[in-house]
Amino acid sequence: MSTAIDLAEVPLRQLNQVLHNAESGGFDVLNPRGAHAVACGIATDVTVEVAGSVGYYCAGMHQVGTVVVNGNSGPGLAENIMSGTVRTTGSASMSAAATGCGGLVVIEGDAGARCGISMKGVDIVVGGSIGHMGAFMAQAGNLVVLGDAGADLGDSIYEAVLYVRGEVESLGTDCVEKEMRPEHLAAVEHLLEAADMAASPGDFRRYGSARQMYSFHVDDIDTELAEGHGGTR
Amino acid sequence: MCGIVGLFLKTPTHREELGRLTADMIHEVRDRGRDSAGVATFGGGNDGTTRITVLAAGPPPDWNATAKALEAVLASEVSVRPLHDHAVFETIGDGRVARQWLIDNMVDIEVLSYGSQIELYKSVGDPDLLATRYGLASRTGTHAVAHTRMATESAVTANGSHPFSTGSDTCLVHNGSLSNHNQLRLQLEQRGESFQTLNDSEVAAGYVSWRLGSGDSLEQALKRALTDLDGFYTFAIGTVDGFAILRDPISCKPAVVAETGDWVAMSSEYRAIARLPGVADAEVWEPEPARVYTWSLAA
Repeated sequence: MSTAIDLAEVPLRQLNQVLHNAESGGFDVLNPRGAHAVACGIATDVTVEVAGSVGYYCAGMHQVGTVVVNGNSGPGLAENIMSGTVRTTGSASMSAAATGCGGLVVIEGDAGARCGISMKGVDIVVGGSIGHMGAFMAQAGNLVVLGDAGADLGDSIYEAVLYVRGEVESLGTDCVEKEMRPEHLAAVEHLLEAADMAASPGDFRRYGSARQMYSFHVDDIDTELAEGHGGTR
Repeated sequence: MCGIVGLFLKTPTHREELGRLTADMIHEVRDRGRDSAGVATFGGGNDGTTRITVLAAGPPPDWNATAKALEAVLASEVSVRPLHDHAVFETIGDGRVARQWLIDNMVDIEVLSYGSQIELYKSVGDPDLLATRYGLASRTGTHAVAHTRMATESAVTANGSHPFSTGSDTCLVHNGSLSNHNQLRLQLEQRGESFQTLNDSEVAAGYVSWRLGSGDSLEQALKRALTDLDGFYTFAIGTVDGFAILRDPISCKPAVVAETGDWVAMSSEYRAIARLPGVADAEVWEPEPARVYTWSLAA
């Protein structure tokens, strides 16, 4: 049984404090009406269902647990997510899952510009299409797009893996198409299952880093280590 | 930051509520800019009268004397309706001539707008105060655009607030900053446009008015703006019978649109739209970068 919290009556800070104080359980958030910072900073294994669309930074700094937005989400959905799951049944605005370090972000509709910007390990599954500059400077994690990707996909990408089923308008600097090997088909299958989305992994194409833009080029690693300023890679 | 809202009523259903709905939208984006605000409403002018909305920069002058002086210039009767530091002149004379005469001769008056449909109010301070002071909630009409400002490009003054309007029944609100406005202002001045501030957004308004005056459709004008304007922008634009949205190719500045059979609403944030009547059934989307969106009452 879940607890209902009505944002038409309860201030946002009180909602987030209740969520932060809870050890477990389910919560239904009513009348969000585009409010910002709904269910931010969840650090326990709670399940939060939001009945309607939210504004900026919903489920930001999400540490664990599940947040489901039954509607659209504004900019910065699940920004800096560490683990757990965040889902929006509608579309998400720009910078969805930005800088995410882990966990799963599912956007059933479209995602706006810069989806997965600077992603650092999060998995993102988008049922629709994504806007321009998706996975800009992405460092780790997976981005699966069932629809199309806008211009400059994966610009300045490091080591994240991008799977797109539809058209890619253009690839950004240092992002290239790569072969779909069996482990990639398996990865897509796993991610689709986790996101509860139906698609055939064989329909996806893989994109990733050409590794030409690293400050420390991989070919130079021995030299750098020998000179004592290479560090661990 | 800045917050912008636009509401375009396609059918008569909510036209009696235009002002109230717009005031509610402004309230939701006031956190995006509380230093000043402005609102333009369109509608109700079917009698051939041109309305010229002006703002007194200091203590209000003798509005009746100003009206008399305008009468002599326009060779046409001019009535005046004062409202706090604003006044609306009404005449069947030429609004463009009236605007230019006021700019050239009345240094303590800013001309905010002129046209058959538009009235425009702006002030410093809390956006909710603007709505209250100028009786926005009771205004009726077909469409409105409004702005809550966090100043970056020019001083916090009433005349530096948006919307900006330089041409007949045309106004623009802007979230962002232009980088080539000084050069563009000079070019537009050479083509006969006149400006009253150093604000970048006024140049964008002047640009649109110049293109519309040169025969472009609203869509053509904004397509050309994508080439001629450099910088960051989300614009909402109202014309005598139209409404438009344009975002720059990078689209850092937010925008969300909702549309039903009765209305189109846009804002920087969804919460400004979330309380509109019938929103549950609205189609909601984010305007794409570098794509011109227009709606027309004539269509």
